[in-house]
Amino acid sequence: MMSDDARGNGEKGSAPADEAALSARLKSLGQRLDQAGSRRTPETGPAPRSANDRAGLALGLRLSSELVAGVIVGAAIGWFLDRWLGTSPWGFIVFLLLGFVAGLLNLMRSAGLVAERQGK
Amino acid sequence: MAADPIHQFQIQNIVPLLKVGAAEIHFTNSAAFMILGVVLTALLLLGATAGRHVVPTRLQSVAELTYELVASTLRSSAGEEAMKFFPFVFSLFMFVLMSNVVGIIPYTFTVTSHIIITAALALTVFFTVIIYGVWKNGLHFFNLFLPRGIPVFMAPMIVVIELLSFLSRPISHSVRLFANMLAGHITLKLVGGFVVGMGSLGFLGSIGAIAPLALTVALTALELLVAVLQAYVFTILTCIYLNDAIHPGH
Repeated sequence: MMSDDARGNGEKGSAPADEAALSARLKSLGQRLDQAGSRRTPETGPAPRSANDRAGLALGLRLSSELVAGVIVGAAIGWFLDRWLGTSPWGFIVFLLLGFVAGLLNLMRSAGLVAERQGK
Repeated sequence: MAADPIHQFQIQNIVPLLKVGAAEIHFTNSAAFMILGVVLTALLLLGATAGRHVVPTRLQSVAELTYELVASTLRSSAGEEAMKFFPFVFSLFMFVLMSNVVGIIPYTFTVTSHIIITAALALTVFFTVIIYGVWKNGLHFFNLFLPRGIPVFMAPMIVVIELLSFLSRPISHSVRLFANMLAGHITLKLVGGFVVGMGSLGFLGSIGAIAPLALTVALTALELLVAVLQAYVFTILTCIYLNDAIHPGH
């Protein structure tokens, strides 16, 4: 607000005929501010670039462990099924592969999900 | 100062509380720092909202920004209905955030660097999702494991994969936070140890110690970023999982 006023005064002093251009500029500035405001997250302040960085970092940190967790769960379930049913090593092999698939599914879901949110 | 980088994660008994059979229950340093985190959160929020200025003071805007952050995350990932979980999600966020940030201060204990803590938090979310999902949607909740429009011959495999994917959630949820905090603090301690080790080697060593010292400063800043980000990631995932409990149809 303050800076807009100051800039408006300055413009008036130098070029009084440019009212229309000035209001158009103010309008576009307002639009850009709105855009920045809607993109801005309260945590990092007004710089949209750092907000993007933060979203990217958050995504990277999330993705790193999705795949591993799936494989671990699959392997654990397979191992316990083998011990319980005596089907070694088939349960382990099958569930390790299924766990890998589930991990990949999680990975792709969280990646896709973020893309969705950015599109909004 | 102990050079052992794992030393900082040791649980120390402070006050013995009670004895259950052979197991003794102590008030530990971990419990002390959990209480510290809760007290700091309470002080921050109560102190910030005591004045209720129309134009917020600095502290008040911190509290407002935190509220807005969690509320908008919850609304955008789980919808308006999910706001009934807001107290739960906000408590989780503040607890993890405070534990992480307090842990950066030297000589403190990082509560979230123990997997038992993060696993307890992640399992709370996990069981909240299951119990609320079944209570709210009944058997419809299990549609989560069978997306619509799947051919019958594919169904058994899809169900197993979806089930595994669902079960792996609390693991990735808890391991992510715990591993990041643990790894960050060990790195910081090791690099800090280089400064002390090289500094004790005389003049040339002291000059050489400037590089790890600069690295320690940079790492501390990075750790602060990671601490806040991890709390945020933990919250986002909680919201996404709660979304499944509220809208199980995908």
